[in-house]
Amino acid sequence: MAVEKRDQGRRPGLRRKPAPAPAQPREGAAIRVRNVATADLPAIIDLDRRLTGTAKPDYWKAGLAPQADRFFLVAETADDSFAGFAIGEIRAWEFGSPPAGWVFAIQVDPDLRQGGIGTALFDGLCARFRAKGIGLVRTMVDRRDHLILSFFRAQGLTAGPSLELEMEIKP
Amino acid sequence: MKLQMATRLGLYAALELARDPGRQLSATDLSERFAVSTNHLAKVLRELGRAGLVEAERGAGGGYRFTGNPRRTTLMDIVALFEEKPGDRASEPGDGTDIGRALGRVLSEVDEIAEATLRSVTLETLLKHARR
Repeated sequence: MAVEKRDQGRRPGLRRKPAPAPAQPREGAAIRVRNVATADLPAIIDLDRRLTGTAKPDYWKAGLAPQADRFFLVAETADDSFAGFAIGEIRAWEFGSPPAGWVFAIQVDPDLRQGGIGTALFDGLCARFRAKGIGLVRTMVDRRDHLILSFFRAQGLTAGPSLELEMEIKP
Repeated sequence: MKLQMATRLGLYAALELARDPGRQLSATDLSERFAVSTNHLAKVLRELGRAGLVEAERGAGGGYRFTGNPRRTTLMDIVALFEEKPGDRASEPGDGTDIGRALGRVLSEVDEIAEATLRSVTLETLLKHARR
């Protein structure tokens, strides 16, 4: 599972002027974060399809199955509208890493961005990690996805000690 | 990573002004704060002005104020005003050889990571963590 990729391939011109201010943010609007329910599945599939361009119903359906140390959260606005979701999991000793809370996905309805929903979801995951005695949170982001990179930077994440390496192999 | 002096001054000035967009500071105020040449800083401020990030107010009590969006302006937006784009290197002897090409791929990887880092940190994010 990967953190949502929304901005791949976009390489803005370097001498561009900074972007104008975003639409009126909804800071302060009530956001409720709760555990996922089966009834959320259609909204999750639809949001992911809108953001990634690929529908993955089986993938998300399988993701609803309860798993130890895994947290699948949903955010709702004050009127109980679905606003986004996040998935995190405590993993230990893979790649030699001691126990850490991994953020696998955060997706927010594009019409509701700049309103603190992503932050509420991230905070929700961190609270659950902390409750399990975890003191380190990690994620992995495509380095071309500046939007999601900026989001995690704004939460306080910095580069960790690991580098992802890969290589194409012919099947 | 080594930044040119103009780039560092651009970052200092933009960040200091973005701390409080309603506040005006003169080139002298800023140069004293960072112990640098006022003339050099004035040139840097003009470049920031051309990019739409600061505006100069003339007259008594005048100075520069930040006019960009700190939540949207990244460190890369400032760096790009004064530095070559990462990876924009002039052709050098040996580039066309197999070793030169392989070395170029490694250096491009370094450039991409540097650019991603600078592009992911907004002025607001940096200021938030500077206050901690």
